[in-house]
Amino acid sequence: MRRLIVILPLVLFVALGLFLWNGIGKDTETIPSPLINKPVPEFSLSALLDEQQTITAADLKGRPALLNVWATWCPTCKQEHAQLNRMVRDEGITIYGVNYKDDRDKARIWLDKYMNPYALNIYDPEGKLGLNLGVYGAPETFLLDAQGIIRYKHVGAIDERVWSELRQKMKQLEVN
Amino acid sequence: MVRHIVLVVLLSFSSLASAAIDTYQFKDDATRERFHALSTELRCPKCQNQNIADSNSPIAKDLRDELYRMLEDGADDEQVIDFMVTRYGEFVLYRPRMSEQTYLLWYGPAALLLIGVIVVLLVSGKRKKSEPGKPDSNLSDAEKQRLDQLLKQDKNK
Repeated sequence: MRRLIVILPLVLFVALGLFLWNGIGKDTETIPSPLINKPVPEFSLSALLDEQQTITAADLKGRPALLNVWATWCPTCKQEHAQLNRMVRDEGITIYGVNYKDDRDKARIWLDKYMNPYALNIYDPEGKLGLNLGVYGAPETFLLDAQGIIRYKHVGAIDERVWSELRQKMKQLEVN
Repeated sequence: MVRHIVLVVLLSFSSLASAAIDTYQFKDDATRERFHALSTELRCPKCQNQNIADSNSPIAKDLRDELYRMLEDGADDEQVIDFMVTRYGEFVLYRPRMSEQTYLLWYGPAALLLIGVIVVLLVSGKRKKSEPGKPDSNLSDAEKQRLDQLLKQDKNK
C-alpha cells in the first residue's frame, strides 16, 4: 500500500505527460462541424450570375458534389481557385459555390478573370446561409451526397493533397 | 496611495470598456444585461481564445448581430444557445454542457481534490499510528542495549 502511494505521483505525472504530449501538433483551428450527416440548411437565395433565378437546397441534390464557400475578399479562396478549376476540367466534379458576404459585381468580375468552376453559385451577401452552415472562415468546403446531406467539411484551401482525400470520400458516396 | 489604488482599479476595468463596441439599441435593460451575459459566454469560432463580445473578427460581429436579433425577437437563453450549438457545435460554449464527453472536465478537478485528500489522510493516519508508543523500533534486545550505550557515551562527553 505504502509503495503504491509513493509511486502514485509518478504514475499521475506520466499519465498527464502522455495526455499533453498527445495534444502537441494537433490542429486546434478546425472545429468539428455539428452539421455532418445533416441536410444542407433550407435557404432561398438568388443566383450570383442571374438575379432572377432563385436557388434552394433542393437544387443541390442529384449527385455527390462539393459546396464551396468563397468570396473575393478572401485571399485563400484565390489560392485554391486554380485547383477547383482543374478538378472540374479534368475530373468533371460538380462544385456549387456560395458567394459569401461579397459584392455581386466584384464576384462576377472575379469569375470572368479566373474562370468559373461552379455549376451554380448562390449569392449570400448577408452571410445568412453561411451562418446556418456554421461557416467561420472562408474558404470552407462541404461534401454533399446525392440527397444533399453534408458528409464532410474541410476548412481552408483545397490543394492537391486535400483533394486526393476528398476524392476518395466522394468516390465512396458515388458507389453507395 | 488611495489615489493610486483607485487608478489601478479603474485601469483594470478599462479593457472591458474598450472591447468591441457596437451600437445596439435594446428594448429594455434586462435584454441588455442578457446580451452582455450571453456574448461573454459564447466563444468566437475563429479566434478561439476570445468570446464574441471581445473579438473584432467579422464572424464574431455576425454572431453578435444574430444574438441581438434573437433577443429582440424574444428568444430565451436556451434558444440562443441551441441556435449557436447547432451551427458551430458545443465548441462555442465557454461553459460546456454536461455530457459523456465533458464528465472529465466537470468532475476531474473534484476527483483530483478527492484523491489528494485521501492521500493526505492516509499518510497522516500512518504517522499518527506510529507516534504514541515512542519510536516503534524493530530492534532486538541486544541492539537496544547497544543503542543505550551509544547514547550514554554521547552524554558523558
